[in-house]
Amino acid sequence: MTQTPQRPLRVLAAMSGGVDSAVAAARAAEAGHDVTGVHLALSANPRSFRTGARGCCTIEDSRDARRAADVIGIPFYVWDLAERFREDVVEDFIAEYEAGRTPNPCLRCNEKIKFAALLDKAIALGFDAVCTGHYATVVTGPDGTRELHRASDMAKDQSYVLGVLDERQLAHAMFPLGDTLTTKDEIRAEAERRDLAVAKKPDSHDICFIADGDTQGFLAARLGKAEGDIVDELGSKVGTHDGAHGFTIGQRKGLRIGHPAPDGKPRYVLDISPVDNTVTVGPAAALDVTALTAIKPRWCGGTAPSGPGDYTAQLRAHGDETPVTAELIDGTLRVDFAEPVRGVAPGQAIVLYDGTRVVGSATIATTVRRTGALTG
Amino acid sequence: MAYLDHAATTPMLPEAIEVMTARFADVGNASSLHAAGRRARRTVEEAREDLADSLGARPSEVVFTSGGTEADNLAVKGLYWSRRDADPARTRVLASPVEHHAVLDAVDWLGEHEGANVEYLAVDGYGRVSPETLRAAIERNPDDVALATVMWANNEIGTILPVRELAEVAAEFGVPLHSDAVQAFGQTEVDFASSGLAAMAVTGHKIGGPYGVGALLLGREYTPVPVLHGGGQERHVRSGTLDVPAIAAFAVAGRLAAERRGEFARDIGALRDELIASVQKAVPDAILGGDPVDRLPANAHFSFPGCEGDSLLLLLDAQGIECSTGSACTAGVAQPSHVLLATGTDPELARGTLRFSLGHTSTEADVKAVASAIGPAVQRARNAGLS
Repeated sequence: MTQTPQRPLRVLAAMSGGVDSAVAAARAAEAGHDVTGVHLALSANPRSFRTGARGCCTIEDSRDARRAADVIGIPFYVWDLAERFREDVVEDFIAEYEAGRTPNPCLRCNEKIKFAALLDKAIALGFDAVCTGHYATVVTGPDGTRELHRASDMAKDQSYVLGVLDERQLAHAMFPLGDTLTTKDEIRAEAERRDLAVAKKPDSHDICFIADGDTQGFLAARLGKAEGDIVDELGSKVGTHDGAHGFTIGQRKGLRIGHPAPDGKPRYVLDISPVDNTVTVGPAAALDVTALTAIKPRWCGGTAPSGPGDYTAQLRAHGDETPVTAELIDGTLRVDFAEPVRGVAPGQAIVLYDGTRVVGSATIATTVRRTGALTG
Repeated sequence: MAYLDHAATTPMLPEAIEVMTARFADVGNASSLHAAGRRARRTVEEAREDLADSLGARPSEVVFTSGGTEADNLAVKGLYWSRRDADPARTRVLASPVEHHAVLDAVDWLGEHEGANVEYLAVDGYGRVSPETLRAAIERNPDDVALATVMWANNEIGTILPVRELAEVAAEFGVPLHSDAVQAFGQTEVDFASSGLAAMAVTGHKIGGPYGVGALLLGREYTPVPVLHGGGQERHVRSGTLDVPAIAAFAVAGRLAAERRGEFARDIGALRDELIASVQKAVPDAILGGDPVDRLPANAHFSFPGCEGDSLLLLLDAQGIECSTGSACTAGVAQPSHVLLATGTDPELARGTLRFSLGHTSTEADVKAVASAIGPAVQRARNAGLS
């Protein structure tokens, strides 16, 4: 099973304390690379020691990562990136919600922490690459450029949260889990075979810095409560809320509207207006989006595609692909959907694919509804 | 491989290993009355006499513990409780801010949970408490001081503190002074009787003895309230079955540490001086921490401006040079050292520190390894910057 790479690299493996990053580090070491493990302390309060649902940054996770590194036989350190993480990810997350948008902190973390703060430090210290447990594939394209592709196993694919990486970042990225068709059970079995105690550790799925999974509570604690109106599409008040920042476009639950809609159908959040602290609700059909604009585009291939092109787009971490036509106009990405899509919120990332290849990503700024309304 | 972290722990001396392994097969609880028990007891008492002799104390002043941390906790908490029990007015605890966490956290715990009024004594740029500072603190109200605690030598920056002078001041007011001498033992003259201390902590694994054994030297007039209650061993202040093999080996290491102290200070001190000179040559703006003269002979502590200590450690570790960044914290996240902050070091600068601590196995080759690696490592770490 041991294989010698053409050129052994000095690899810094980011180890969260979970099973994926542990197996990724083990595979990189087995492939003959010179691997050093590092656990990123991202929480400002590293004393927390949680059990049950797991995120990251607890003392327990740090210990689990250390034990995995021991078993793999690689050096291991803990790096404190809590301050950077707070500034670039947590505060950004709060500010985005405050502005009525819906951010994805995992993308932001990959962009600003794992493949920026961590990668830059790694490169400066003499490492060639940063290795993570993401399910995605990096290949060298025909013209020699590095390309990011979906994982072999579509069910586990995480290329969406890596869509923010540019060419330079990709050139130094290593994802040992994405190349092979491996199910999560097989990864766990592999961890077991490698005597990694994290084999049975539950997956993390919440936002790592919101330990109890209560995003609303977290935002309320930071942004306070501000009672405002919930109105329907015509502007008539149908209820009240504790703060517009607590909502996401497309949200149905937790609206607490006492009486049913005239048509008897469920109502969804259509628009969030932080300026007048108003949340607009309406029927599902009103969520249909036919086009959008997105800002801060990042191109995995390094350069922006010229002219309009046909792609598929993914709008959330585990969302489906949908065909689009996209064009970059004056630095803003204009995307037209072949079929209307629902639940598109400003702040979310749109990732464009050409087949399995990630073309690039951008942050959704405005959406065009089938009803003609422009939001964002 | 260049092991330069002897202040964290130093290899066991062959003589100590020999004694310890020889005792492992012996049966006998030192508290038992039969022949096997008496044999175990005899070993312990011989070790006690031996250690007392090495530290200028009486055998009855040696209380064996599980190590330095327990000895410090027993002294700080135990003396606080007993002094307060004798007079409820005594709730003030005077401590240096550069103490090891074994003292610092025990003192803070007394403040948080036992109503202690904790007062940190000012230190100079080298981490030293002056006798005048202690005098002024006590004089504000001599009657409410429960105890004072000032370490003999600092574990991070190596400064030796004027313990005898401080003990003299404390004694004038009848205030017991405890000192953590974990780092001082074997490196500078440590004599309990002439020190005037009420209590003093030492541990085995810093002097070539085993882990898990230490002692509190405790003046006979003091009866601290125990931290561990049980069978009443060790003058009823530290219950628990005695670890006979470890105690025997600790005493052997202690005797050798005392005997070889002069030679150690001369030879290891010379190596250390060479290390300091070569680091300063390779990195001219490296700042030596602690007192340049009155310091532990095996300690070299530096701050490297613009570097993260973590980065330096990783780079040196990769080249087989093992040293320390300062005090590590719970999750392994390095916090700026409280010692450096107390000495007025800029917090930014305090992030780029390394401690090289030599010991009985250190060689010229270790120093040469640092001399050739430190320059490029600092340059690289500077490129990586302060994240």
